[in-house]
Amino acid sequence: MNNNELQSLISSWFPNPEANKVSEVIEVSETEEGSEGKVKVQESINPSLLEFTEEGSQFLNISVKPEHLHQLMSQLKTNSETNFDYLFCLSGVDWGEELGVVYHLESTTHRHIVVVKVKTKDRETPILDTIYDIWTTAEFHEREVFDFFGIKFNNHPNLKRLFLTEDWEGYPLRKDYVDEANMVIK
Amino acid sequence: MIETIHNWLYSTMPQGVASIVEMILIALAYLGFFAIAGLFLVLMERKVAAWFQLRIGPNRVGFYGSLQTMADALKLLSKELTGTAKADKFLYNLAPYFVIISALMGLAVFPFTKDIQAFDINIGIFFLIAISSIGVIGILLGGWASNNKFALIGAMRSGVQAISYELSIGLSLLTMILITGSLQLSEIVEVQKNGWLIIQGHIPAIIAFMIYMIAGTAETNRAPFDMVEAESELGAGFHTEYSGMKFAYFFLAEFINMFIIAAIATTVFFGAWLSPFGITESIPWLGVFWFLGKTLVLIFLMMWFRWTFPRLRIDQLLTLEWKYLLPINLVNIVIMALIVWLNLTIKF
Amino acid sequence: MALREKNNKPNSLKTNNLELGTQNMKPETINSNFKSEEYQINMGPQHPATHGVLNLLLTIDGETIKKVEPDLGYIHRSIEKMCERDSYQQIVHLTDRMDYLSSNINNEAVCLAVENALELEIPERVKVIRTIIGELTRISSHCLWWGVMGMDVGALSTFFYGFRDREMLNDIFEETCGARLTMNYNVPGGLMLDIHPNFVKRVKKFVTHFKTKIPEYDRLLTENVIFQKRTKGVGVLSKEDAISFGVSGPVARASGYSCDVRKYHPYSALDKVTFNESLKTEGDTFARYQVRIQELWESLSIVEQLIDNIPEGEYRVKTNAVIKLPKGEFFQKVETARGEFCVYIISTGTKSPYRLKFRSPGFSNLSVLNHIAVGGKIGDLVAILATLDLVIPDIDR
Repeated sequence: MNNNELQSLISSWFPNPEANKVSEVIEVSETEEGSEGKVKVQESINPSLLEFTEEGSQFLNISVKPEHLHQLMSQLKTNSETNFDYLFCLSGVDWGEELGVVYHLESTTHRHIVVVKVKTKDRETPILDTIYDIWTTAEFHEREVFDFFGIKFNNHPNLKRLFLTEDWEGYPLRKDYVDEANMVIK
Repeated sequence: MIETIHNWLYSTMPQGVASIVEMILIALAYLGFFAIAGLFLVLMERKVAAWFQLRIGPNRVGFYGSLQTMADALKLLSKELTGTAKADKFLYNLAPYFVIISALMGLAVFPFTKDIQAFDINIGIFFLIAISSIGVIGILLGGWASNNKFALIGAMRSGVQAISYELSIGLSLLTMILITGSLQLSEIVEVQKNGWLIIQGHIPAIIAFMIYMIAGTAETNRAPFDMVEAESELGAGFHTEYSGMKFAYFFLAEFINMFIIAAIATTVFFGAWLSPFGITESIPWLGVFWFLGKTLVLIFLMMWFRWTFPRLRIDQLLTLEWKYLLPINLVNIVIMALIVWLNLTIKF
Repeated sequence: MALREKNNKPNSLKTNNLELGTQNMKPETINSNFKSEEYQINMGPQHPATHGVLNLLLTIDGETIKKVEPDLGYIHRSIEKMCERDSYQQIVHLTDRMDYLSSNINNEAVCLAVENALELEIPERVKVIRTIIGELTRISSHCLWWGVMGMDVGALSTFFYGFRDREMLNDIFEETCGARLTMNYNVPGGLMLDIHPNFVKRVKKFVTHFKTKIPEYDRLLTENVIFQKRTKGVGVLSKEDAISFGVSGPVARASGYSCDVRKYHPYSALDKVTFNESLKTEGDTFARYQVRIQELWESLSIVEQLIDNIPEGEYRVKTNAVIKLPKGEFFQKVETARGEFCVYIISTGTKSPYRLKFRSPGFSNLSVLNHIAVGGKIGDLVAILATLDLVIPDIDR
């Protein structure tokens, strides 16, 4: 499936209750290809709870709210048309204001790729849902993200420090991490 | 020369003292000889390994590295003895002596020539089997007392392995005893003047020899049966926590045990000091060379195993013994008994 | 001996089930009096079979493995954090220190990501040379793996045979770029130097030499009965599990999961060559072994197809001294000797990446260890570790 088909399929799983009222806007966004100006139109009244963009990336990017993450992920895996069964990259990112996780998914049958991004504003106790039950590989990768970004994952079976020692203070890959002894800053 | 010393001792001292002094002298001579022989075997192993592995091997100390192992032994002598904190000190220190003493005791009964045999008892083979089982106690003690789980696993493997393969060694030798009708080693050699036992006993003898070599390799804990040490699994197995001279004892014992296994095979299957077709029968002292030569060939065979084969897994090791070697061995004994009974042995 | 505490983690379900199995026996039977105890043992970080500073916390019952828990971080240098302050040229050098056995392929991944971001037109010559050296690196890595594999199952001599052939490759690399292991041969925009005049001749000599040596490998180890007994049916990984665990490279291909990045997302000159993806369906240790041996042949064939047709031209495209990537996200997959290596760059338009993530194959491949090693013996674990072919700096990054 190409990116446009993927986008229309996946967006239909999470209809935006507010967007349904303004039906003509949906048609506009579906018929027209997403250039920069029109993306903004989509953002203003998005037909879906998800946000799609291909800007500045090779792949289709889906932004999802933390509360929809697990449902979206399990649908991406189980739906026979998408069938994203291979999670090949799971990276934590500190976006400055927000902390987030980026999931790179590939389907071994259809060979298409999407990127799912989830962000949380809470920097003190960031919590996301684990996707360990969907892709087993996430168990290790989420532990790594917890170790370096301090993002906790609900229902994770074994969430503890992976690389660092248990008594390590702070989360080194966050942008505001300070360690005068071990970090050389140019 | 041995005769003169013997006569001199008995003429200068009372009989009891003389015999004790004589025993001590013989023991020292054996000890000296086999300490050197052990070092030579280590060197040989390293040279053989190097040859198998496209390397040169030791080549700096002495002529083509001939003194390398001597230097290593000196190094081990001067090294600090370390140990674990909560080890059972008494058993920990006792273990290496068990291993080395039992190994050295076995050497006493071998007939190097017609005349050089320290201790010709009528239960020679039985004595050897009994002595060789004592060594495993040392290994078990060492592994248990080191207070190290890897050492313990190694020791337990060793116990299992020794108990299993002892059977095969005993039974395969027993197969040959059926021909000789005696356990005494000098008697066994005497019988072979009519042809080496491996020829006399033909098919069952060859089977017995093969089983003996497999079991013997396992008995000495060498690859492909080196589960006890298994450096890629257990670090160094039972002697993980030993250093310096205590480690050297274990090391030396392994090589002396290898010599013993090869020497038993030489005696029982290949006519000990007898030359092939009696070509040097007129020069009796050449028997030593024949004996050592045959033994070295068998030792080389064991080294060949070691540097070629991968290691078995512990359950495969036990399967091999209890499901294959032991039944084959039992059938083999019956066949051998039939052959001896029907007089089908080949004699010249 | 410490009994493993009863924990409620789903990944220890197997352990708990087995424990329940023993507890279900009638307490009055004599067996319960001799119930074996589980104990824990630290395999590593200084253990010969873990090939580096990996610590495996084993829960074992006698010799049977009940649980394997990797304890990582002994060689973690936080390369991803270092990348956030370094320039893109410097980052290339850091990738050498991850999977040092496929250092050149790691370099290539970063270079490709940067070049794609800058939309640079890379000369054909560079692409071909990169592919040749990448495949030679793969052969060199597999040679080392083969030697160590033999050593892990107890055949000590294989190590030297593997290294003999690897030495020829290292000499070629040394002549080409001055380094034998961490080569740093790729730079964003091309290669650091042109190939040495002897390169083609020596590579051809190696190819003819190595073609006679792979059958020797087979005779020495593959056909050995003990080796086959040790590896067949050990550590079986099903295709579904392989995909779910994110396993890649030869480990995944041995389970029948076709995942060769060189096939599905060809990079450099890999779209110009024909080769077969080596696939097995058994998923056991022996299959993983065979896949790697097969890959040696395939890599040789790729080198053979390209070595005679290295196009003339520039070996490097001029780039700015300070490379600034446009704003956006850039992703590059390559196939190293261990599997799928990904570089994920988030750029804000400055000279350093905002965030750079390396997806290393070893990290995912390690996560499968507990799944396939449980129930086997210690000897099995060592054989499995050998065919997972872990490089610890690659896991720890």
